[in-house]
Amino acid sequence: MTDLKSAYDVVVIGGGHNGLACAASLAKAGKKVIVLEALHSPGGACATTEFFEQFSVSSCAQWLYQLDESVISQMSLKQNGFELSARNIPTTILSETGNHLTIFGDRLAGAGISEKDKMAFKSFNKQMMKFCDVLSKAFKRRPPSLIERSFGDVLALLGLGMKIKMLGKSDMRDLMRLGLINIYDVMEENFDNDLLKAAISVDSVLGSHMGPRSPNTVFGYLYRHMGDIFGYGRPGVSLVRGGMGQLGQSMAKAVKALGVDIELNAVVDRISIDVDKVTGVILRDGRELKAGIVVSSSDPKTTFEKFVGPVNLETDTVRRVKNVRMKGDAAKLHIALDGLPKFRGLAESRTGDRLLIAPNMEYIERAFNPSKYGQFSKSPIMDISIPSIHDSGLAPDGKHVLSAIVQYAPYDLEGGWEAGKQPFQDLLIDCLSQYYPDIKQQTLSVELLTPLDIEQRHLMHGGHWHHGEISLDQVLMMRPFPGVSQYRTPIDGLYLSGAGTHPGGGVMGLAGLNTAKEILSQKKKLKRPNFYDST
Amino acid sequence: MAEKYDAIVVGAGHNGLTNAAYLAKAGLKVVVLERNGYIGGAAVSRELYPNWKYTNCSYVCSLLRPEIIRDLRLPSQGLQVVPYGGGVTFMQNGDYFGNHTDHERHHRELARHSKRDADAYSRYEADVMKQTRIIRPFLMRTPPDPTSLKPRDIRELIGMAKAFGGMGEVGLADTMRFWTMSIGDFLEEYFESDVVKAHLAGSGIIGTALGVYSPGTAYVLLHHYMGDVDGSIGSWGLARGGMGAVSNALAGAFKSFGGTVQCDSEVAQIIVKNGKTVGVALTNGDEIHGRIVVSNLDPKRTFLKIMQETDLPKDLVSKAKNFKIRGSSGKLNIALDGLPTFNGLPKESPLCLGEKHFIDSLPRMERAYDDWKSGTWSKDPYVDMLIPTQVDPTMAPPGKHMMSVFVQYAPPKIDGRDWTSEDRDAFGKTVIDQISSYSPNFKDLILHCEVRSPQDIENEVGLTEGNIFMGELTFDQLLFNRPFPGYAQYRVPAVKGMYMCGSGTHPGGGVMAAPGANAAREILMDLNRASLVPRGYDDD
Amino acid sequence: MIPHNESMILHTPFHSRCEAACEVNLWEDWKGYTTPQVFTEIDMEYFAVRNSTGVFDLSPMTKYRISGSDSGAFINKLITRDIRKLAVGRVSYVLWCDGEGKVMDDGTIFRLSENDYRLCCYTRALDWLMWTAEGFDVTICEETAEVAALAVQGPTSCAVLKAMGFSGIELLKPFGMAYFNFSGSQLMVSRTGFTGDLGYEVWMEPNLGEIFWDALFDAGKLYGIRAIGSSALDMLRIEAGFLQAGVDFVPADEAIRSGRSRSPFELGLGWLVSFDKPVFNGRKALLKERAQGSRYAFVYLDVEGNKPAEHAFVYHADIEVGTITSAAWCPTAKTNIAFAQVDARYGSKGQSLIAEIYYERELKWTRVMASCKVIDGPVFAPARRRQTPAPNF
Repeated sequence: MTDLKSAYDVVVIGGGHNGLACAASLAKAGKKVIVLEALHSPGGACATTEFFEQFSVSSCAQWLYQLDESVISQMSLKQNGFELSARNIPTTILSETGNHLTIFGDRLAGAGISEKDKMAFKSFNKQMMKFCDVLSKAFKRRPPSLIERSFGDVLALLGLGMKIKMLGKSDMRDLMRLGLINIYDVMEENFDNDLLKAAISVDSVLGSHMGPRSPNTVFGYLYRHMGDIFGYGRPGVSLVRGGMGQLGQSMAKAVKALGVDIELNAVVDRISIDVDKVTGVILRDGRELKAGIVVSSSDPKTTFEKFVGPVNLETDTVRRVKNVRMKGDAAKLHIALDGLPKFRGLAESRTGDRLLIAPNMEYIERAFNPSKYGQFSKSPIMDISIPSIHDSGLAPDGKHVLSAIVQYAPYDLEGGWEAGKQPFQDLLIDCLSQYYPDIKQQTLSVELLTPLDIEQRHLMHGGHWHHGEISLDQVLMMRPFPGVSQYRTPIDGLYLSGAGTHPGGGVMGLAGLNTAKEILSQKKKLKRPNFYDST
Repeated sequence: MAEKYDAIVVGAGHNGLTNAAYLAKAGLKVVVLERNGYIGGAAVSRELYPNWKYTNCSYVCSLLRPEIIRDLRLPSQGLQVVPYGGGVTFMQNGDYFGNHTDHERHHRELARHSKRDADAYSRYEADVMKQTRIIRPFLMRTPPDPTSLKPRDIRELIGMAKAFGGMGEVGLADTMRFWTMSIGDFLEEYFESDVVKAHLAGSGIIGTALGVYSPGTAYVLLHHYMGDVDGSIGSWGLARGGMGAVSNALAGAFKSFGGTVQCDSEVAQIIVKNGKTVGVALTNGDEIHGRIVVSNLDPKRTFLKIMQETDLPKDLVSKAKNFKIRGSSGKLNIALDGLPTFNGLPKESPLCLGEKHFIDSLPRMERAYDDWKSGTWSKDPYVDMLIPTQVDPTMAPPGKHMMSVFVQYAPPKIDGRDWTSEDRDAFGKTVIDQISSYSPNFKDLILHCEVRSPQDIENEVGLTEGNIFMGELTFDQLLFNRPFPGYAQYRVPAVKGMYMCGSGTHPGGGVMAAPGANAAREILMDLNRASLVPRGYDDD
Repeated sequence: MIPHNESMILHTPFHSRCEAACEVNLWEDWKGYTTPQVFTEIDMEYFAVRNSTGVFDLSPMTKYRISGSDSGAFINKLITRDIRKLAVGRVSYVLWCDGEGKVMDDGTIFRLSENDYRLCCYTRALDWLMWTAEGFDVTICEETAEVAALAVQGPTSCAVLKAMGFSGIELLKPFGMAYFNFSGSQLMVSRTGFTGDLGYEVWMEPNLGEIFWDALFDAGKLYGIRAIGSSALDMLRIEAGFLQAGVDFVPADEAIRSGRSRSPFELGLGWLVSFDKPVFNGRKALLKERAQGSRYAFVYLDVEGNKPAEHAFVYHADIEVGTITSAAWCPTAKTNIAFAQVDARYGSKGQSLIAEIYYERELKWTRVMASCKVIDGPVFAPARRRQTPAPNF
């Protein structure tokens, strides 16, 4: 057991990227911080696991595309072992006929794409980037209070207002409309090519309980592409050398260098509270860490329902926590392959792309339908990465790792996942084999992580990687719920900082940075208790 | 032969007539042109069989603004709106959930399904009412343009901001949540009983091409709650004599101000010269001149069918093309030899006076929508059925009954192709079968039946895709976004003299007559005339 | 069974007796039950309670049974008072707030045993109770229809109950409760009430209703017993200074317009708030209000003249500072009393205000601007109300 003699200003629960980013900021401001991570390695959803002998994979998040640049620079991550193995990776959306479409930034190739679609895609992209740019203003700070405004909020609102105003009347009007509309209609308005429409739709619904025809999915697209405004390695997706776990490791190293203590395998039992003030954290082994400030980068349900407990919260809060929608609808598939996969009609040079399976928008919508009733998709959509092409360390020589996000796989599966897991896995392999005929022969080992597995392994309630649906009713001042949107909670000294808070999930790190800012802006002098209980 | 008018209103639907009535009242020489041989648009009652009145489109009346009824003296033109109360959702297990008008009896009925839900209902009612109160004051106002710096727009926006500011931080966030969430998710926050949720969710999808789990449908619920019959907010009534009585009364008022209604006059083209409207050309070749043209048609029809693309700004044309106006509902109008009985309920039950529904869970409702998405009508449809003759003695011979069945969902096209008569029959059969599985004697009572697909509604009434609200009521098409951002103030800025007054404009469909009245206010303002159009009543 | 032919309105277990006694046939709907407004004559009923014994059927009151090992902790989160101070066999007047510190309802809590309570209140709160119960080991059952209750109130009420054979009842302290055998069953008597007089409430199984009523009225014959309706009760409670939910304040979760609900401080019930206990609903908001001051004040007004100031506006100089929520001429105290919600700046004792009263005589409406004064507390509080042993008259 680590001997923790000193007392801390701040205890951070959860050593995921947000927790670590927050800890780093606080440490830089002179706070004494400890990070408690329940798992044996830091990183949270930024994890690498060896799922089969000598085969490693990013076991939760697989692409890096939204990590705020300032996190890299502030934490000197590059000096701490963080490196990309590939960046600006194109997206190729697979066609059942082998006539695939590849998207390089705002350029398109293949699939008999028309000049009209190419032009339309360029202008679509341009407009989306303008909107992302506006939204990014709101992402980098706490959600503003609209009524009980502070001076900072007024400035922020003015800034946001200016940005919107600078869009010009026409774009401003489009934003008002598009922000609420579904991606399906926008695609129909803009493009002819089915693969293109589907590719954009995938980005709009990935990680959410929505189909292309669900209103608000354009927002989902904007959300995903925020990374093209501030994400490290932008535009597009990147891969981290050594898998996403390496990002976690480097962040952990960085915070240690800043004087932060990290305790691994430190499972939090509950947050200790004196009526309505936080007093510290009690670990499962019975130890109590006292601190005037506790930051939970765990999701809102785990934080409030488990660590704080409904009995310590007023009923309004209990109800709001309960009503946060966070049931994962995405699973993760990992396959160890005996050789380089060969997709029908796909040039070998494109195999390292981000590969999508979703031939058209109706296909995605049909994949979504059963999940509303607790069933998995009969024809699922996939977001595939073969990271070993870019990063040979992940698999033995000549062998490869396939990692895919698959949708839709509802957390509350009818009949339970114990019975449903194998059939779903078989279905996924069958689905892949339509594009990659040799898959069964090349497969050495398969691992499927259902939302239930993700919940258990990464300790996210509902197995939801965004710690709560990213939909318009759960963003900004509604995230995680009205009244607790500025990282502070009804318990004095307890801050919420995970993906469940504004601006939300994805490996962004902004929630952590924003929380630190919020803590540091609290004028009250921090009291550092000089005792440490071991009971 | 060209006649000359001050204003030409295209379409004798209730909004066109309302608009025309106010213009005529202000002293303009106004003509209303109607394509069909009868007036009313979707507020119509026709004697398709002797002594049987078919109110074959809109069928209930709650949203019609009392300010307008009073101001245009519609009661003296024969309009009488009678509340009916009741309502019931029949369940697959033979039970039902009834909507009792008496508060305590309603509580007991809720408690029969869930004691907790019965007590949660008052919280639900209060929360919905809070949202309703926010939106109601805007019904009789022109939406401000948030991108504009005109004093009037800024004044209105500040007014809006004040209304929202009064809610407090959390209240405002709750309102934003309410407007963006699905009716299903919203109801889950209050209730545990499936049938209670299903009963209430209907209002979130009626006339909308969205499912109960689609974000944005919570607001649609509001659209059905914000009406009133004599101050009782949220309650619905019947226009005595059918919905045609609304149009007839409006036409009567219009004529009393000297206006002319011309039927069988289909407009082929709105004539624009030098950026100004000068009149319209009819399909029979006649031209009618007037410097103001007001279209009561939906935005797609107005801008893409009876106007020249070259007369319009480019953005307007593309916005009209992208306007969401999906057909999602059909209608059966059934003449009955007597009153059908329903499982578990005596005929005399006051519950039977109201709307009857046959879907008892949210997933069933959502599956009905899945069918629509895949291009066919719902196999287990959501039905909003009413027998107005139980309350209104004027619509059928004594002892006989007229049944109005609103059916959701029915697509404007089947798998991308037109409806065939076999489709229509099969659609009708689906609905009749569903009803008869809850009503043993229903089939035997049918005398004649009219089945209307969205396509029929489009062909007859002229609503694009048969969308009953002239455009989806989702937030991207509401308030200053209705019909399109930048065109929400009833006029078409690039074409002088061109106005819109249909349900495609703020505040939308539902036989409110507010769009027509609001448009008249704008027109009179542009003519520098005193506004005769009433403001909304205070809502406190 | 599907109760499609169930009657629109329910009957209490005492209905047959009430119906027989209700000579003027004046009824009202109380939470779905039909209950008498007046039996014979309001004043006679009122004076029965002040002079002898009045009997009021309070069966429609909403009742919840709360049990389980966490029941005390749960109640302590629900209400603003500290339930830990309530001993077994005792009753407490309590209120509860929403998260904004606004009063949702008031009521009484009976501690039946260590982990068994009954909550008796005006609103229906199951939804709120269940939400509040998250995380507690507690069972909550609505038992409104399972428990019949009569209020037996007035100076001779103790004597009546003694005459029924409830020996020792005179020793029951205010807010105490005791069990008695009756007709082979047990019933519970609490020394509580809504009249401000000596009085009891008797709680029983519904099937005892009619025999109990008959026995009670037999025993009370010599003590001037009389059934009373809600109109008389309203006079009694106003004279005694008791607030009524839905009349003197809007239950917070039913308030639609912002600013219409009130905190305990704003209802003069700050004494029911104890901050010296674990988290309870409204705590944060109430602490803030305590620090920053309240916006409104609830006051008792002594109104000049004898015209009841119902629904009157209240002015200070020419400024409207509030409205009156309840008002009555008090026949015993001979005072014209009113409850008012006023701007907190005008709520201190001794403050002079003006009530704008409208009254009608032979179709002629008259307006009086009556001066009134904020007074300390209720105008009627007889010693017998608190005396133990209770007096015989």
